[in-house]
Amino acid sequence: MTLWEAIARRAAKPAGPWLDAGCPVALGSLANASILGGRLETLRGRSVMVSTEHALTAALALIELDGVARRMVLCTPGLATEHLPQVVRDAQVDAWVTDATGGAPPPELGSISCLVAHRVPQPCEVDRRSEASATEWVLLTSGTTGGPKLVAHTLASLTAAFAQLPRLEQGAPIWSTFYDVRRYGGLQILLRALFFGSLLLPAGADESPGEFLGRAAAAGVTHISGTPSHWRKALMSGATGQLRPDYVRLSGEIADQAILDALRAAFPRAVVAHAFASTEAGVAFEVQDGLTGFPASLAGTSAEGVRIDVSRGTLRIQSPGNASRYLGEGAPPIKDAEGFVDLGDRLEMRGERWYFVGRSGGIINVGGLKVHPEEVEAVINSHPQVRMSLVKPRRNPITGTVVTAEVVLVDGETAESAENAEAHAKRVCREILQTCRERLAAHKVPALIRVVAALEVSASGKLVRRDA
Amino acid sequence: MTVRSTVTSMFEEVAREQQRRLAPLTDTLRLVESGLDSLSFALIVARLEEALGYDPFDTAASFPVTFGDFVGLYEKYPR
Repeated sequence: MTLWEAIARRAAKPAGPWLDAGCPVALGSLANASILGGRLETLRGRSVMVSTEHALTAALALIELDGVARRMVLCTPGLATEHLPQVVRDAQVDAWVTDATGGAPPPELGSISCLVAHRVPQPCEVDRRSEASATEWVLLTSGTTGGPKLVAHTLASLTAAFAQLPRLEQGAPIWSTFYDVRRYGGLQILLRALFFGSLLLPAGADESPGEFLGRAAAAGVTHISGTPSHWRKALMSGATGQLRPDYVRLSGEIADQAILDALRAAFPRAVVAHAFASTEAGVAFEVQDGLTGFPASLAGTSAEGVRIDVSRGTLRIQSPGNASRYLGEGAPPIKDAEGFVDLGDRLEMRGERWYFVGRSGGIINVGGLKVHPEEVEAVINSHPQVRMSLVKPRRNPITGTVVTAEVVLVDGETAESAENAEAHAKRVCREILQTCRERLAAHKVPALIRVVAALEVSASGKLVRRDA
Repeated sequence: MTVRSTVTSMFEEVAREQQRRLAPLTDTLRLVESGLDSLSFALIVARLEEALGYDPFDTAASFPVTFGDFVGLYEKYPR
Protein backbone atom coordinates (compact mmCIF):
# COMPACT_ATOMS: atom_id res chain seq x y z
CA MET A 1 0.00 0.00 0.00
CA THR A 2 1.31 3.46 -0.86
CA LEU A 3 0.95 6.48 1.37
CA TRP A 4 -1.72 7.90 -0.91
CA GLU A 5 -3.72 4.67 -0.73
CA ALA A 6 -3.49 4.79 3.06
CA ILE A 7 -4.89 8.35 3.02
CA ALA A 8 -7.57 7.50 0.47
CA ARG A 9 -8.70 4.55 2.60
CA ARG A 10 -9.63 7.11 5.22
CA ALA A 11 -11.69 9.09 2.74
CA ALA A 12 -14.87 7.89 4.44
CA LYS A 13 -13.79 9.87 7.48
CA PRO A 14 -13.85 13.63 7.04
CA ALA A 15 -10.44 14.27 5.53
CA GLY A 16 -9.02 16.71 7.98
CA PRO A 17 -6.93 19.65 7.00
CA TRP A 18 -3.26 19.54 7.65
CA LEU A 19 -2.85 22.66 9.73
CA ASP A 20 0.16 24.78 9.05
CA ALA A 21 0.97 28.41 9.81
CA GLY A 22 -1.48 30.22 7.56
CA CYS A 23 -1.66 27.36 5.08
CA PRO A 24 -4.34 24.75 5.77
CA VAL A 25 -4.52 21.93 3.25
CA ALA A 26 -7.33 19.39 3.21
CA LEU A 27 -5.71 16.06 2.45
CA GLY A 28 -8.84 14.79 0.74
CA SER A 29 -8.44 17.57 -1.82
CA LEU A 30 -5.22 15.95 -3.03
CA ALA A 31 -7.32 13.45 -5.00
CA ASN A 32 -7.43 16.05 -7.75
CA ALA A 33 -4.74 18.53 -6.81
CA SER A 34 -0.97 18.35 -6.78
CA ILE A 35 2.11 20.35 -5.93
CA LEU A 36 4.01 18.58 -8.70
CA GLY A 37 1.28 19.02 -11.27
CA GLY A 38 1.42 16.92 -14.39
CA ARG A 39 5.16 16.51 -13.93
CA LEU A 40 4.92 13.69 -11.40
CA GLU A 41 5.35 11.04 -14.11
CA THR A 42 8.77 12.42 -15.02
CA LEU A 43 9.94 11.28 -11.57
CA ARG A 44 8.78 7.67 -11.96
CA GLY A 45 11.50 5.19 -11.06
CA ARG A 46 14.01 7.84 -10.09
CA SER A 47 15.98 8.60 -6.95
CA VAL A 48 14.53 11.92 -5.86
CA MET A 49 16.02 14.38 -3.39
CA VAL A 50 13.23 16.27 -1.59
CA SER A 51 14.98 19.48 -0.60
CA THR A 52 12.38 22.03 0.38
CA GLU A 53 12.33 25.21 2.39
CA HIS A 54 8.91 24.41 3.86
CA ALA A 55 8.07 21.27 5.83
CA LEU A 56 4.57 21.28 4.33
CA THR A 57 5.89 21.03 0.76
CA ALA A 58 8.14 18.15 1.78
CA ALA A 59 5.19 16.31 3.31
CA LEU A 60 3.03 16.82 0.22
CA ALA A 61 5.90 15.70 -2.04
CA LEU A 62 6.23 12.48 -0.02
CA ILE A 63 2.53 11.76 -0.46
CA GLU A 64 2.80 12.25 -4.20
CA LEU A 65 6.11 10.47 -4.73
CA ASP A 66 5.51 7.33 -2.66
CA GLY A 67 4.88 4.48 -5.08
CA VAL A 68 6.18 6.57 -8.00
CA ALA A 69 9.83 7.32 -7.21
CA ARG A 70 12.32 4.49 -6.74
CA ARG A 71 13.78 6.33 -3.78
CA MET A 72 12.99 9.54 -1.87
CA VAL A 73 15.73 11.26 0.09
CA LEU A 74 14.31 13.55 2.72
CA CYS A 75 16.69 16.45 3.12
CA THR A 76 16.78 17.79 6.67
CA PRO A 77 16.48 21.54 7.19
CA GLY A 78 19.86 23.19 7.51
CA LEU A 79 21.84 20.37 5.89
CA ALA A 80 25.22 21.95 5.13
CA THR A 81 25.87 22.42 1.39
CA GLU A 82 29.26 20.74 1.84
CA HIS A 83 27.48 17.44 2.62
CA LEU A 84 25.26 17.49 -0.48
CA PRO A 85 27.76 15.76 -2.82
CA GLN A 86 28.04 12.81 -0.40
CA VAL A 87 24.25 12.47 -0.08
CA VAL A 88 23.73 12.71 -3.86
CA ARG A 89 26.44 10.11 -4.49
CA ASP A 90 25.39 7.65 -1.77
CA ALA A 91 21.70 7.79 -2.74
CA GLN A 92 22.40 8.00 -6.50
CA VAL A 93 20.12 11.01 -6.69
CA ASP A 94 19.06 11.80 -10.27
CA ALA A 95 16.11 14.11 -9.65
CA TRP A 96 15.47 16.99 -7.31
CA VAL A 97 12.27 18.49 -5.92
CA THR A 98 12.33 21.90 -4.29
CA ASP A 99 9.81 24.62 -3.47
CA ALA A 100 12.10 27.57 -3.96
CA THR A 101 13.22 28.89 -7.33
CA GLY A 102 16.68 29.27 -5.83
CA GLY A 103 16.57 25.75 -4.38
CA ALA A 104 17.97 23.94 -7.41
CA PRO A 105 20.88 21.53 -6.95
CA PRO A 106 24.26 23.25 -7.05
CA PRO A 107 25.76 22.86 -10.57
CA GLU A 108 28.86 21.07 -9.26
CA LEU A 109 26.65 18.08 -8.45
CA GLY A 110 26.32 17.35 -12.17
CA SER A 111 23.17 17.10 -14.21
CA ILE A 112 20.23 16.41 -11.93
CA SER A 113 16.81 17.29 -13.29
CA CYS A 114 15.10 19.77 -11.00
CA LEU A 115 11.40 20.27 -10.45
CA VAL A 116 10.13 23.35 -8.62
CA ALA A 117 6.97 22.34 -6.76
CA HIS A 118 4.03 24.61 -5.97
CA ARG A 119 3.86 25.68 -2.33
CA VAL A 120 0.20 24.61 -2.12
CA PRO A 121 -1.57 21.98 -4.21
CA GLN A 122 -3.00 23.22 -7.52
CA PRO A 123 -6.13 21.63 -8.97
CA CYS A 124 -5.23 19.29 -11.81
CA GLU A 125 -5.98 15.86 -13.20
CA VAL A 126 -3.88 13.39 -11.25
CA ASP A 127 -3.88 9.75 -12.14
CA ARG A 128 -3.04 7.96 -8.92
CA ARG A 129 -4.18 4.59 -10.20
CA SER A 130 -0.99 3.93 -12.13
CA GLU A 131 0.88 0.86 -11.07
CA ALA A 132 2.72 1.57 -7.87
CA SER A 133 6.13 0.18 -7.02
CA ALA A 134 7.74 0.13 -3.61
CA THR A 135 9.60 3.33 -2.82
CA GLU A 136 12.62 3.40 -0.56
CA TRP A 137 12.46 6.23 2.01
CA VAL A 138 15.84 7.64 2.98
CA LEU A 139 16.23 9.70 6.14
CA LEU A 140 19.32 11.62 7.18
CA THR A 141 20.72 11.39 10.66
CA SER A 142 23.89 12.90 12.06
CA GLY A 143 26.88 10.70 11.40
CA THR A 144 30.17 10.02 13.12
CA THR A 145 32.46 11.94 10.82
CA GLY A 146 30.49 15.11 10.26
CA GLY A 147 28.58 13.99 7.16
CA PRO A 148 25.04 12.65 7.57
CA LYS A 149 24.23 8.95 7.60
CA LEU A 150 21.63 7.84 5.04
CA VAL A 151 19.15 5.47 6.65
CA ALA A 152 16.85 3.45 4.38
CA HIS A 153 13.29 2.62 5.39
CA THR A 154 10.10 1.53 3.70
CA LEU A 155 6.63 2.92 4.37
CA ALA A 156 5.95 -0.38 6.15
CA SER A 157 8.92 -0.02 8.52
CA LEU A 158 8.15 3.65 9.18
CA THR A 159 4.57 2.84 10.16
CA ALA A 160 5.26 -0.43 12.00
CA ALA A 161 4.93 1.25 15.40
CA PHE A 162 1.29 2.15 14.72
CA ALA A 163 0.39 -1.48 15.44
CA GLN A 164 2.04 -1.12 18.86
CA LEU A 165 0.20 1.97 19.96
CA PRO A 166 -3.17 1.90 18.19
CA ARG A 167 -5.16 3.36 21.05
CA LEU A 168 -3.45 6.72 20.62
CA GLU A 169 -5.95 7.48 17.88
CA GLN A 170 -9.03 7.20 20.06
CA GLY A 171 -11.18 10.29 20.27
CA ALA A 172 -10.10 12.36 17.25
CA PRO A 173 -6.72 13.58 18.46
CA ILE A 174 -5.10 16.75 17.20
CA TRP A 175 -1.42 15.98 16.92
CA SER A 176 1.43 18.37 17.22
CA THR A 177 5.19 18.07 17.32
CA PHE A 178 8.25 20.16 18.05
CA TYR A 179 10.15 18.00 15.56
CA ASP A 180 10.51 18.97 11.96
CA VAL A 181 8.53 16.41 9.92
CA ARG A 182 11.64 15.76 7.85
CA ARG A 183 13.33 14.06 10.82
CA TYR A 184 12.39 10.60 12.10
CA GLY A 185 10.54 11.88 15.20
CA GLY A 186 8.45 14.34 13.19
CA LEU A 187 7.88 11.96 10.30
CA GLN A 188 6.37 9.47 12.75
CA ILE A 189 3.79 12.05 13.78
CA LEU A 190 3.12 13.14 10.18
CA LEU A 191 2.52 9.56 9.06
CA ARG A 192 0.41 8.79 12.09
CA ALA A 193 -1.80 11.80 11.36
CA LEU A 194 -2.07 10.82 7.68
CA PHE A 195 -2.80 7.15 8.42
CA PHE A 196 -5.46 7.86 11.00
CA GLY A 197 -6.90 10.99 9.43
CA SER A 198 -6.13 13.24 12.37
CA LEU A 199 -5.24 16.90 12.30
CA LEU A 200 -1.62 17.89 12.60
CA LEU A 201 -0.02 21.11 13.74
CA PRO A 202 3.75 21.05 13.29
CA ALA A 203 6.06 23.64 14.85
CA GLY A 204 7.19 26.35 12.45
CA ALA A 205 10.87 26.44 11.61
CA ASP A 206 11.49 29.89 13.07
CA GLU A 207 8.89 29.80 15.80
CA SER A 208 9.87 30.23 19.47
CA PRO A 209 8.55 27.56 21.88
CA GLY A 210 6.21 30.19 23.34
CA GLU A 211 4.70 31.13 19.96
CA PHE A 212 4.33 27.51 18.96
CA LEU A 213 2.69 26.45 22.21
CA GLY A 214 0.31 29.42 22.01
CA ARG A 215 -0.71 28.34 18.51
CA ALA A 216 -1.02 24.71 19.63
CA ALA A 217 -3.21 25.70 22.58
CA ALA A 218 -5.46 27.83 20.35
CA ALA A 219 -5.86 24.92 17.94
CA GLY A 220 -6.84 22.59 20.80
CA VAL A 221 -3.90 20.22 20.39
CA THR A 222 -4.43 17.00 22.36
CA HIS A 223 -1.28 14.97 21.54
CA ILE A 224 2.17 16.53 21.39
CA SER A 225 5.70 15.16 20.99
CA GLY A 226 9.26 16.41 21.26
CA THR A 227 12.69 15.61 22.69
CA PRO A 228 13.44 16.21 26.38
CA SER A 229 15.46 19.24 25.21
CA HIS A 230 12.45 20.61 23.31
CA TRP A 231 10.36 20.16 26.44
CA ARG A 232 12.88 21.80 28.78
CA LYS A 233 12.90 24.83 26.48
CA ALA A 234 9.11 24.81 26.41
CA LEU A 235 8.88 24.70 30.21
CA MET A 236 11.35 27.56 30.54
CA SER A 237 9.31 29.63 28.09
CA GLY A 238 6.51 29.73 30.67
CA ALA A 239 4.02 29.16 27.83
CA THR A 240 2.95 25.63 28.72
CA GLY A 241 0.09 26.86 30.90
CA GLN A 242 -2.23 27.47 27.95
CA LEU A 243 -1.95 23.94 26.61
CA ARG A 244 -4.29 21.18 27.85
CA PRO A 245 -2.97 18.01 26.21
CA ASP A 246 -4.16 14.46 26.90
CA TYR A 247 -0.89 12.95 25.83
CA VAL A 248 2.67 14.28 26.02
CA ARG A 249 5.47 12.27 24.44
CA LEU A 250 9.24 12.47 24.81
CA SER A 251 11.63 10.69 22.48
CA GLY A 252 15.00 11.05 20.78
CA GLU A 253 17.02 11.49 23.95
CA ILE A 254 17.02 9.86 27.37
CA ALA A 255 14.19 11.29 29.48
CA ASP A 256 15.47 11.87 33.02
CA GLN A 257 13.32 11.90 36.13
CA ALA A 258 13.44 15.70 36.45
CA ILE A 259 11.88 16.37 33.06
CA LEU A 260 9.24 13.66 33.57
CA ASP A 261 8.29 15.15 36.95
CA ALA A 262 8.24 18.70 35.55
CA LEU A 263 5.94 17.67 32.69
CA ARG A 264 3.66 15.77 35.04
CA ALA A 265 3.37 18.92 37.17
CA ALA A 266 2.80 21.14 34.12
CA PHE A 267 0.20 18.83 32.53
CA PRO A 268 -1.54 17.07 35.42
CA ARG A 269 -4.28 15.55 33.25
CA ALA A 270 -1.98 14.26 30.51
CA VAL A 271 -0.35 10.88 30.06
CA VAL A 272 3.37 11.68 30.01
CA ALA A 273 5.07 8.98 27.95
CA HIS A 274 8.68 8.53 26.96
CA ALA A 275 9.52 6.40 23.97
CA PHE A 276 12.73 4.79 22.93
CA ALA A 277 13.05 5.49 19.23
CA SER A 278 15.81 6.22 16.77
CA THR A 279 16.08 6.66 13.01
CA GLU A 280 17.87 3.31 12.74
CA ALA A 281 15.99 1.20 15.27
CA GLY A 282 12.53 2.68 14.83
CA VAL A 283 10.14 2.98 17.76
CA ALA A 284 11.02 0.23 20.22
CA PHE A 285 8.74 0.85 23.16
CA GLU A 286 6.93 3.46 25.19
CA VAL A 287 6.95 3.88 28.96
CA GLN A 288 4.01 5.55 30.69
CA ASP A 289 4.62 4.98 34.40
CA GLY A 290 6.24 8.38 34.91
CA LEU A 291 9.63 6.90 35.79
CA THR A 292 12.91 7.19 33.90
CA GLY A 293 14.35 3.99 32.40
CA PHE A 294 12.11 1.05 31.62
CA PRO A 295 10.68 -1.97 33.46
CA ALA A 296 12.75 -5.16 33.20
CA SER A 297 9.61 -6.93 32.00
CA LEU A 298 9.86 -5.09 28.65
CA ALA A 299 12.85 -7.22 27.63
CA GLY A 300 11.78 -10.08 25.42
CA THR A 301 9.47 -10.30 22.43
CA SER A 302 6.23 -8.33 22.22
CA ALA A 303 3.07 -9.42 20.47
CA GLU A 304 3.89 -7.01 17.64
CA GLY A 305 7.20 -8.75 16.99
CA VAL A 306 9.50 -6.23 18.68
CA ARG A 307 12.44 -8.02 20.32
CA ILE A 308 14.21 -6.12 23.08
CA ASP A 309 17.51 -7.65 24.13
CA VAL A 310 19.56 -6.47 27.11
CA SER A 311 21.86 -9.46 27.51
CA ARG A 312 24.97 -7.62 26.33
CA GLY A 313 24.59 -4.56 28.48
CA THR A 314 23.32 -2.38 25.65
CA LEU A 315 19.80 -1.98 24.33
CA ARG A 316 19.43 -4.08 21.17
CA ILE A 317 16.28 -3.92 19.10
CA GLN A 318 14.92 -6.15 16.38
CA SER A 319 11.60 -5.04 15.01
CA PRO A 320 9.51 -4.50 11.88
CA GLY A 321 10.30 -0.82 12.50
CA ASN A 322 14.06 -1.29 12.02
CA ALA A 323 15.62 0.52 9.07
CA SER A 324 16.86 -1.85 6.38
CA ARG A 325 20.35 -0.46 5.78
CA TYR A 326 22.68 2.50 5.51
CA LEU A 327 23.21 3.73 1.96
CA GLY A 328 26.61 4.43 0.50
CA GLU A 329 29.71 2.57 -0.51
CA GLY A 330 31.49 1.04 2.46
CA ALA A 331 28.62 1.88 4.83
CA PRO A 332 28.58 -0.42 7.87
CA PRO A 333 25.72 -2.90 8.32
CA ILE A 334 22.84 -1.43 10.30
CA LYS A 335 22.19 -4.68 12.20
CA ASP A 336 24.58 -6.90 14.12
CA ALA A 337 25.22 -10.58 13.33
CA GLU A 338 22.10 -11.59 15.23
CA GLY A 339 19.89 -9.13 13.36
CA PHE A 340 19.59 -6.50 16.10
CA VAL A 341 20.07 -2.75 15.80
CA ASP A 342 22.46 -1.75 18.59
CA LEU A 343 23.19 1.96 18.91
CA GLY A 344 25.35 1.40 21.98
CA ASP A 345 22.92 2.74 24.60
CA ARG A 346 24.35 1.20 27.75
CA LEU A 347 22.04 -0.10 30.45
CA GLU A 348 22.29 -0.73 34.16
CA MET A 349 19.76 -2.61 36.26
CA ARG A 350 18.59 -1.22 39.58
CA GLY A 351 15.73 -3.06 41.23
CA GLU A 352 13.34 -4.30 38.58
CA ARG A 353 14.26 -1.58 36.14
CA TRP A 354 16.79 -0.81 33.45
CA TYR A 355 18.36 2.64 33.36
CA PHE A 356 20.32 4.27 30.56
CA VAL A 357 23.87 5.11 31.63
CA GLY A 358 25.37 6.66 28.50
CA ARG A 359 26.61 5.54 25.14
CA SER A 360 29.33 3.05 24.42
CA GLY A 361 31.74 4.45 21.90
CA GLY A 362 31.55 7.55 24.03
CA ILE A 363 29.28 9.64 21.82
CA ILE A 364 27.90 12.50 23.91
CA ASN A 365 24.46 13.91 23.12
CA VAL A 366 24.18 17.63 23.93
CA GLY A 367 20.57 18.63 23.42
CA GLY A 368 20.26 16.29 20.44
CA LEU A 369 23.62 17.20 18.90
CA LYS A 370 26.31 14.53 18.88
CA VAL A 371 29.82 15.08 20.14
CA HIS A 372 32.70 12.68 19.67
CA PRO A 373 35.03 13.03 22.66
CA GLU A 374 38.06 12.29 20.51
CA GLU A 375 37.41 15.30 18.31
CA VAL A 376 37.37 17.63 21.31
CA GLU A 377 40.35 15.89 22.90
CA ALA A 378 42.35 16.42 19.71
CA VAL A 379 41.78 20.18 19.95
CA ILE A 380 42.61 20.27 23.68
CA ASN A 381 45.73 18.17 23.15
CA SER A 382 46.98 20.66 20.58
CA HIS A 383 47.82 23.02 23.47
CA PRO A 384 51.57 22.68 24.12
CA GLN A 385 51.05 22.52 27.90
CA VAL A 386 48.63 19.55 27.70
CA ARG A 387 49.97 16.03 28.07
CA MET A 388 46.64 14.25 27.70
CA SER A 389 42.94 14.87 28.14
CA LEU A 390 39.67 13.03 28.65
CA VAL A 391 36.40 14.46 27.42
CA LYS A 392 33.24 13.08 28.98
CA PRO A 393 29.57 13.83 29.41
CA ARG A 394 28.14 15.46 32.48
CA ARG A 395 24.44 15.23 33.29
CA ASN A 396 22.65 18.53 32.75
CA PRO A 397 19.03 19.52 33.39
CA ILE A 398 18.83 21.77 30.32
CA THR A 399 20.46 19.85 27.48
CA GLY A 400 20.54 16.35 29.01
CA THR A 401 24.32 16.37 29.02
CA VAL A 402 27.14 18.84 28.52
CA VAL A 403 30.76 18.20 27.60
CA THR A 404 33.44 18.42 30.30
CA ALA A 405 37.16 17.77 30.13
CA GLU A 406 39.91 16.59 32.45
CA VAL A 407 43.42 17.52 31.43
CA VAL A 408 46.85 16.44 32.58
CA LEU A 409 49.39 19.19 32.10
CA VAL A 410 53.01 18.86 31.08
CA ASP A 411 55.16 19.06 34.22
CA GLY A 412 55.75 22.76 34.43
CA GLU A 413 59.02 24.25 35.45
CA THR A 414 56.87 27.30 36.07
CA ALA A 415 55.08 25.52 38.90
CA GLU A 416 57.54 26.40 41.61
CA SER A 417 54.92 26.84 44.30
CA ALA A 418 51.37 25.68 44.83
CA GLU A 419 50.11 29.18 44.15
CA ASN A 420 52.03 29.42 40.93
CA ALA A 421 50.81 26.01 39.87
CA GLU A 422 47.20 27.07 40.36
CA ALA A 423 47.61 30.30 38.43
CA HIS A 424 49.40 28.39 35.67
CA ALA A 425 46.60 25.79 35.47
CA LYS A 426 43.95 28.51 35.29
CA ARG A 427 45.76 30.30 32.49
CA VAL A 428 46.18 27.07 30.48
CA CYS A 429 42.47 26.24 30.93
CA ARG A 430 41.52 29.69 29.66
CA GLU A 431 43.75 29.22 26.63
CA ILE A 432 42.35 25.74 25.95
CA LEU A 433 38.80 27.09 26.05
CA GLN A 434 39.76 29.90 23.70
CA THR A 435 41.21 27.40 21.20
CA CYS A 436 38.13 25.17 21.51
CA ARG A 437 35.83 28.13 20.81
CA GLU A 438 37.81 28.99 17.71
CA ARG A 439 37.88 25.47 16.32
CA LEU A 440 34.74 23.68 17.51
CA ALA A 441 30.96 24.17 17.31
CA ALA A 442 29.60 25.77 20.49
CA HIS A 443 28.00 22.55 21.83
CA LYS A 444 31.37 20.76 21.61
CA VAL A 445 33.27 23.28 23.74
CA PRO A 446 33.70 21.92 27.28
CA ALA A 447 31.47 23.57 29.86
CA LEU A 448 34.14 22.89 32.47
CA ILE A 449 37.80 21.94 32.36
CA ARG A 450 39.48 20.40 35.36
CA VAL A 451 43.22 19.90 35.74
CA VAL A 452 43.99 16.45 37.17
CA ALA A 453 47.26 14.77 38.16
CA ALA A 454 46.69 11.68 36.01
CA LEU A 455 44.15 9.88 33.85
CA GLU A 456 43.53 6.17 33.99
CA VAL A 457 44.96 4.23 31.06
CA SER A 458 43.98 0.60 30.46
CA ALA A 459 46.35 -2.31 29.92
CA SER A 460 45.77 -1.94 26.18
CA GLY A 461 47.09 1.59 26.42
CA LYS A 462 43.75 3.32 25.92
CA LEU A 463 42.16 6.01 28.00
CA VAL A 464 39.60 4.48 30.31
CA ARG A 465 36.27 6.02 29.44
CA ARG A 466 33.52 5.78 31.97
CA ASP A 467 30.47 7.79 31.10
CA ALA A 468 29.02 10.03 33.76
CA MET B 1 29.66 36.44 47.49
CA THR B 2 25.92 35.90 47.73
CA VAL B 3 24.11 33.25 45.72
CA ARG B 4 22.45 36.05 43.74
CA SER B 5 25.71 37.71 42.80
CA THR B 6 27.25 34.34 41.86
CA VAL B 7 24.27 33.61 39.59
CA THR B 8 24.35 37.10 38.09
CA SER B 9 28.03 37.01 37.31
CA MET B 10 27.65 33.51 35.77
CA PHE B 11 24.93 34.85 33.43
CA GLU B 12 27.26 37.69 32.44
CA GLU B 13 30.28 35.44 31.99
CA VAL B 14 28.43 32.92 29.79
CA ALA B 15 26.74 35.67 27.73
CA ARG B 16 30.16 37.20 27.05
CA GLU B 17 31.63 33.84 26.13
CA GLN B 18 28.74 32.87 23.85
CA GLN B 19 28.73 36.37 22.34
CA ARG B 20 25.12 36.94 23.28
CA ARG B 21 23.55 40.24 24.14
CA LEU B 22 22.26 39.88 27.69
CA ALA B 23 19.11 41.79 28.69
CA PRO B 24 19.28 43.72 32.01
CA LEU B 25 18.90 41.07 34.74
CA THR B 26 15.77 42.03 36.67
CA ASP B 27 13.68 39.56 38.64
CA THR B 28 10.81 39.87 36.19
CA LEU B 29 12.97 39.26 33.11
CA ARG B 30 11.64 36.18 31.32
CA LEU B 31 14.47 33.77 30.61
CA VAL B 32 13.33 33.36 26.99
CA GLU B 33 13.85 37.10 26.58
CA SER B 34 17.26 37.17 28.30
CA GLY B 35 19.15 36.76 25.02
CA LEU B 36 20.58 33.38 26.04
CA ASP B 37 19.97 30.06 24.29
CA SER B 38 19.59 26.53 25.73
CA LEU B 39 23.31 25.83 25.54
CA SER B 40 24.04 29.02 27.51
CA PHE B 41 21.63 27.92 30.26
CA ALA B 42 23.21 24.47 30.27
CA LEU B 43 26.65 26.07 30.79
CA ILE B 44 25.33 28.32 33.54
CA VAL B 45 23.78 25.40 35.44
CA ALA B 46 26.89 23.22 35.03
CA ARG B 47 29.22 25.95 36.28
CA LEU B 48 26.93 26.97 39.13
CA GLU B 49 26.95 23.36 40.30
CA GLU B 50 30.74 23.53 40.28
CA ALA B 51 30.79 26.88 42.10
CA LEU B 52 28.00 26.29 44.62
CA GLY B 53 28.19 22.52 44.97
CA TYR B 54 24.56 21.76 44.13
CA ASP B 55 22.11 21.50 41.25
CA PRO B 56 18.64 22.59 42.39
CA PHE B 57 17.08 21.26 39.15
CA ASP B 58 17.54 17.79 40.69
CA THR B 59 14.62 18.34 42.99
CA ALA B 60 12.88 21.35 41.44
CA ALA B 61 9.13 20.96 41.17
CA SER B 62 8.93 23.33 38.21
CA PHE B 63 11.23 24.94 35.69
CA PRO B 64 12.09 28.61 36.25
CA VAL B 65 10.46 31.06 33.87
CA THR B 66 11.91 34.40 35.04
CA PHE B 67 15.37 35.40 36.24
CA GLY B 68 13.85 35.86 39.70
CA ASP B 69 12.58 32.24 39.62
CA PHE B 70 16.03 31.09 38.57
CA VAL B 71 17.83 32.91 41.41
CA GLY B 72 15.12 31.72 43.85
CA LEU B 73 15.74 28.11 42.84
CA TYR B 74 19.37 28.44 43.95
CA GLU B 75 18.68 30.61 47.01
CA LYS B 76 15.98 28.35 48.39
CA TYR B 77 17.84 25.11 47.84
CA PRO B 78 18.31 23.42 51.26
CA ARG B 79 22.03 23.23 51.87
